[in-house]
Amino acid sequence: MKLALVGVSHHRAPIELREQVAVDAAGATRLAAEIAHGCEAVVLSTCNRMELYLASSADDESLEGRAVAALLELAGPGAEALDQVVYRLEDESAALHLFRVAAGLDSMVPGEGEILGQVKAAFEAGSTGPLLDRVFSMALHAGRRARIETSIGESPASIPAAGAALAHQVFDGLEGRTVLLVGAGRMSEATARNLRSRGARIVAVANRTEEHGESLASRFGAETVALDALGPALATTDVVVTSTSAPGFVLEGPAITAALRGRRGRPVLLVDLAVPRDVDPVLASIDGCFVYDIDDLEAVVTTSLAGRRAEAVRAERIVAAEAGRLREWQASLTVVPAIASLRARAEAIRSAELARAERRLDALSQGDRDVVETVTAQIVAKLLHLPTVRLKEAAVGAEGVLYADVVRHLFGLDEHEV
Amino acid sequence: MAELLVFPALIAYSEAAVAYAGELRGPGLAGRLGIWGARIGWLAQTALLVAQALSSDGFPWATWAGSLNLFVWLVVTGYLIWGCKPGYRLLGLVVMPFAAALLVLAWLGGGTGVRVADDAGALLAVHAGLMLAGLAGLTVAAGMAALYLWEERRLKRRDSGVLRLRLPPLAALERLEARVVAVSLAVVSCGIAVGLVGFETGDFDAAMAATLAILTFYGVSLVLRREGRLAGRRLAWVVLAGFALVGVVLPLTHFAS
Repeated sequence: MKLALVGVSHHRAPIELREQVAVDAAGATRLAAEIAHGCEAVVLSTCNRMELYLASSADDESLEGRAVAALLELAGPGAEALDQVVYRLEDESAALHLFRVAAGLDSMVPGEGEILGQVKAAFEAGSTGPLLDRVFSMALHAGRRARIETSIGESPASIPAAGAALAHQVFDGLEGRTVLLVGAGRMSEATARNLRSRGARIVAVANRTEEHGESLASRFGAETVALDALGPALATTDVVVTSTSAPGFVLEGPAITAALRGRRGRPVLLVDLAVPRDVDPVLASIDGCFVYDIDDLEAVVTTSLAGRRAEAVRAERIVAAEAGRLREWQASLTVVPAIASLRARAEAIRSAELARAERRLDALSQGDRDVVETVTAQIVAKLLHLPTVRLKEAAVGAEGVLYADVVRHLFGLDEHEV
Repeated sequence: MAELLVFPALIAYSEAAVAYAGELRGPGLAGRLGIWGARIGWLAQTALLVAQALSSDGFPWATWAGSLNLFVWLVVTGYLIWGCKPGYRLLGLVVMPFAAALLVLAWLGGGTGVRVADDAGALLAVHAGLMLAGLAGLTVAAGMAALYLWEERRLKRRDSGVLRLRLPPLAALERLEARVVAVSLAVVSCGIAVGLVGFETGDFDAAMAATLAILTFYGVSLVLRREGRLAGRRLAWVVLAGFALVGVVLPLTHFAS
C-alpha cells in the first residue's frame, strides 16, 4: 500500500500562492474525483493549506507525480513559484502530518477549532477506499482525543475571542445577555459578532458619527443611543464594548458611576478596545464592575497561547500514539494473507477429516454431531490463536515478512489456497 | 481493625488538599490526583461509618467527635456532587484541607473508633443527622462563596491567566451557592421539626436560639437575592458570615448549654 501527500501551507507559501490553488467544497469534491483514477484521493483545502492525499493498494510510484501535476495545474501561471514551496510526504510521514493537521498542531494558532471539521468535510467529499478511510478515521480520532484530553483548544486566541471568553467566565452562558457597543470600530464589531455567535444580543450602539452608528445598529438589529445618554443603558446592559477615537474617557463621571452603582453588585463587563482608553479605570473599583482594556486582553491572549503551546506537547504525544496504532495496522497487513492461508488450510483439513469420518458419525444423534463439530472447530481455533497473535506481533517489528514466509513454508501454504 | 480505615481516609483527603494546590498552576494531573484522593478518602470513610453503624446498637455518632466524623463525610459527599465536574474541582482547594483538619480533630476526640457505646433514641438520631447534613451543605456553600470571591478578585485584577484555570463562571457559582443554601436551610428546618417532636418549653436553650438566628440570617439573604438587592461578592460575603456563625457561635452555644 502507498500513501502520498502533496501540498502547500502557510508555513512556506504566502497567501498570494495559496489563493491560486484554493478550491471550494464543490471544487474539492470534483478534483478528488478527477485525480482518483484507480486510486483513492482526498483534497483538503482551507485558508492555511491545500493538500492532496492519494493512496493506492499497489506500490504505485506515480501517485506523487500525479498529485504534483494536479496542484501545479491549479496554480496556472504561478506554477513555477508554487513548485518551490510544495512539500511531498509519503506513507508514515504523510499519515503523521495528517494526524497533526487534524489535531490543530500544524495550524497558525495551535489547537484552532475549525480544522477538525474541515478535515472531516474533506474526507466525506473525497474518493476514498480502505486505506484513506482508515487513515482519515484515525486522524479524526486523534484530533478529537487531542481536544478532549488536553486543553489545547480551550482558551481564546484573539482579542475578540478573549473578550467573549471573559464575558462567558463572568455570566456563564451568554444566551439572552445584552451588549452595548460604544463606537463603531472594526475590532468592536468583531467582538460583538463573537459575542452574538455565543447567544448574546446587541441591543444598542452609541457612536459620535450618527451615520456609522445607525449603519452598525441596523446590521445587528439594535437601536442607537446618544453618547451623552449612556447612563440608563449601562444600568441594564451586561457587556459594554467600547472603541471610539475620543481623546479622553467616554465612560467616566458621576452619572456613569451612579448608573453602575445602581446595579447593586450585578456584574457588568466593560471591554475597552480603544487607544486612548474610553473607560475610566476607576470604574473597576465599583462592585460587580469588570474593566478590561486592550493591553489586558492582549495579555490574556498571550497567556492562553503560551498555554496552548504547552498543551501542544501533550497533544503531540497523543498524535504519536495514534500514528503508532496506524503503523501497527499497516504492518499487520503484511501477514494477513499468511494468516488467512493458514486458517483456510486448517479449516480444510478439519472439514476433510470430518467428511472421512462421516460413516462412523452417522451413528451419532444430531446433538452429538454438533458437539463433534464444535469441539473440532475449537481445537483448530485454539491451536491457531497463538501463531496468529505472534505473527501480528512480528509484523509490527521488521520480521513480519520473514515469519509469514516461514509459516507458508512450514505448512505448505500455496497462493491458490488463499 | 475497622477503626484503622480513618488513616487511608485521612491520607487521601490530605493528598487531595495538596494536589489541588498544584492545580492552581493549570489544569492537569494535579487536579485528577486531587479528585481521586477525595473519592478514595470518601470510600474509606464510608466504610468506616458503615463499620461504626454495624457495631453500634443506636446512633454511633452521638459524641461531639463522632458527629464531627459524620459531618466531614457529609461535607465531602456534598463536594463530590459537583467536584467531579472539572470546572468545580478547585472547590476542593477550600473544602479538602478543611475536611482533613476536621477529621484529624474527630480522630483525636475518639470519634472514629468502632464499638462506641450509645443510648441515643431514633428520633434524636434523625434530628442530629438532618442538622449535620444541613450544616454540611452550608459549609459547601461557604466553600463556593470563597471560590467566588477568589475568582472575582482575579477577574477584577485582570489576571492574564484567569482563563487558563478551569473555574466555573461567576454567575453559575453564585446560582449554585444560593441553591445549596436553600436546600441546606430546608434540611435544617426538617431537623428542627423532628427535634420539636420531643421538645418541652423548658428545653429552649442558647444553641436553639443560635440555630434559629442562623436560619433567619440565611433566609433573609436568600429573599434579598431574589429581590435583586443582594448579588455577587456581597452575597458571597453574607454566606461566609453565615458560615462563621455556624462554625463559631453554634459550637460555643451548644457546649455552653
